[in-house]
Amino acid sequence: MAGSTRALPIADAGLLEERRRHLSPGLEAWRRFRRHRLAVASVAILLTIVAAVVLGPWLWRLAINDIDFAARLARPSWDHPFGTDDLGQDLLARMLYGGRISLAVGLAAMFIATVVGSIVGAIAGMSRGWIGSALMWLADLFLSLPQLPLLLLVIYLFRDGLRVLLGPEGGVFVLVVIVIGGLRWMPVARLVRAQFLSLREREFVEAARALGASRMRQVVRHILPNALGPVIVAGTIDVAAAIIAESTLSFLGLGFPPDIPTWGRILYDAKDYLDLAPHWALFPGAAIFLTVLSINFIGDGLRDALDPRRVL
Amino acid sequence: MGLYLVRRLLIAIPSLLGISVVLFMVLALAPGDPFEELATNPNVPPQVRMALRLKFGLDDPVPVRYVHWLTAMLSGDWGFSFVSRVNVDQLIMQRLPATLFVIGAAQLLALAIALPVGIYAAMRPYSLFDQIANTLAFVGFSLPTFFTGLLFILLFSIYLDWLPFVYRADIDATGWRWYWEHVRQAVMPIAVLGLFLGASLTRYVRSAVLDVIRLDYVTTARAKGLGERTVVIKHIVRNALIPVVTLVALQMPAIFGGAIVTEQIFRIPGIGSLLISSILANDTPVVMAVTFVFACLVVLFNLIADILYGWLDPRITYR
Repeated sequence: MAGSTRALPIADAGLLEERRRHLSPGLEAWRRFRRHRLAVASVAILLTIVAAVVLGPWLWRLAINDIDFAARLARPSWDHPFGTDDLGQDLLARMLYGGRISLAVGLAAMFIATVVGSIVGAIAGMSRGWIGSALMWLADLFLSLPQLPLLLLVIYLFRDGLRVLLGPEGGVFVLVVIVIGGLRWMPVARLVRAQFLSLREREFVEAARALGASRMRQVVRHILPNALGPVIVAGTIDVAAAIIAESTLSFLGLGFPPDIPTWGRILYDAKDYLDLAPHWALFPGAAIFLTVLSINFIGDGLRDALDPRRVL
Repeated sequence: MGLYLVRRLLIAIPSLLGISVVLFMVLALAPGDPFEELATNPNVPPQVRMALRLKFGLDDPVPVRYVHWLTAMLSGDWGFSFVSRVNVDQLIMQRLPATLFVIGAAQLLALAIALPVGIYAAMRPYSLFDQIANTLAFVGFSLPTFFTGLLFILLFSIYLDWLPFVYRADIDATGWRWYWEHVRQAVMPIAVLGLFLGASLTRYVRSAVLDVIRLDYVTTARAKGLGERTVVIKHIVRNALIPVVTLVALQMPAIFGGAIVTEQIFRIPGIGSLLISSILANDTPVVMAVTFVFACLVVLFNLIADILYGWLDPRITYR
């Protein structure tokens, strides 16, 4: 749309540009994304963090629970680049290990939120009866629930049960992911429904319907791919929100147990030693901040890149 | 206006009921038993335990228990704290003012930052000021409150030694000194929460003002010779505020999350820190009641936002 209006005044140049720009939707999106310099820088930072967390434990071979009282609360040095905690455990090793969990929680919770949200939104968007309004009422209800208190309540009530069922690590992981994901599907559902409501009346869907496409095929082949842009943006931002939520839980001492040093958990342990060992709190805090900030910027860049109506 | 208020109140009731159902379902589905402590206590004979279970209706079907619980909550019987041995409603009433004070002050601070910055940035979109403000806003809402809190303590309490980092309810001073101490200890928690809220609010204000600023009536106002100040304040901001009010209300659940964290860091005796300490002490009646109070507060603030909305936007008739 934007291209055709631009092509009108100077037809030749417009046509040339048109040909150059008709590469593919993916390349077009990348061209738009590159304009957001902070988003591109954020991709680099995030990739570095992910690479460090995924590959780091193989390269930095100190154990996360290697207790060394001689190096208690040591400042950053060549032996311990990020310093040590009150038991002399190496913070770099702990952060590399814990970062895996923090990022995994973020991704898994985003996945749940996006899938649940898309399904609810799609059902609400396709239904023409009371189901749609009932589902949206439910979404509004969930939106007005106070998230953190409810998270805390659910964790408090279900923690012990799941721990018995899945072991201390698995239990908390599953619980945290389900609860964070389960409380974040509403924005996605509303987005998807709004997209579906307008897309389902478009001519190309009508054409598909006229050709005898089943409801499922209309949704999966024709409507959903066109509704995906905002969902990707919302999903990206959800990763950041889920990382913050997990860190908050761990920071309050109600997330992962002490032997799983997620970034929030390291901060929780560090907060009583702020005067003696500020580095202990600064490194994990900075890691959370950098990760969340770069994800948010990437989300902003994607918003520019995936919105076809926006002229850049 | 009166009728509109009544209608809004009537709409709030189903959502409160819905929230209470969700909370109770969570409690009912949870494994574990509030009487577990009695079951493992060898001093309580099993007959007494069974009698207690019968008396409190623990073996009734879930809907019956829900109705019991709801009527008890509505009639003001919020139960008894296992740990501090006082009535839950008393405990919450003691703690609520501190929470409301911090949240209210933080909200005011957020508005005091977001309104001028957002409006100024929207008046000059894509200028240097706008870009800096936008980047800072991103930094602001990417900084989790627990980390800002620790940074503030590190900077202002440990290095500079300006502000106390523990909030005390019992300050032994009188007159001006008492107020001064209160202000000093409240500065950091309010700043932490206020900056976090202000950051996202700035972006909302900016985009709301940008939506309004292109409309024809603004051009008309300028064309008929009104001063820039009048145009901005009376014509633009007044209308841009309408969506902002809704967004402030929608932010409310997030604010309570932030308040819990801030209260925990600075040890403010509010209901947020009460929630955490009750969870750590397995004090179920308090946990349930505090969560419910948070939910009620969210609904209440949504209600207030709707009323403000009606007042700000005369096009919404009070039908």
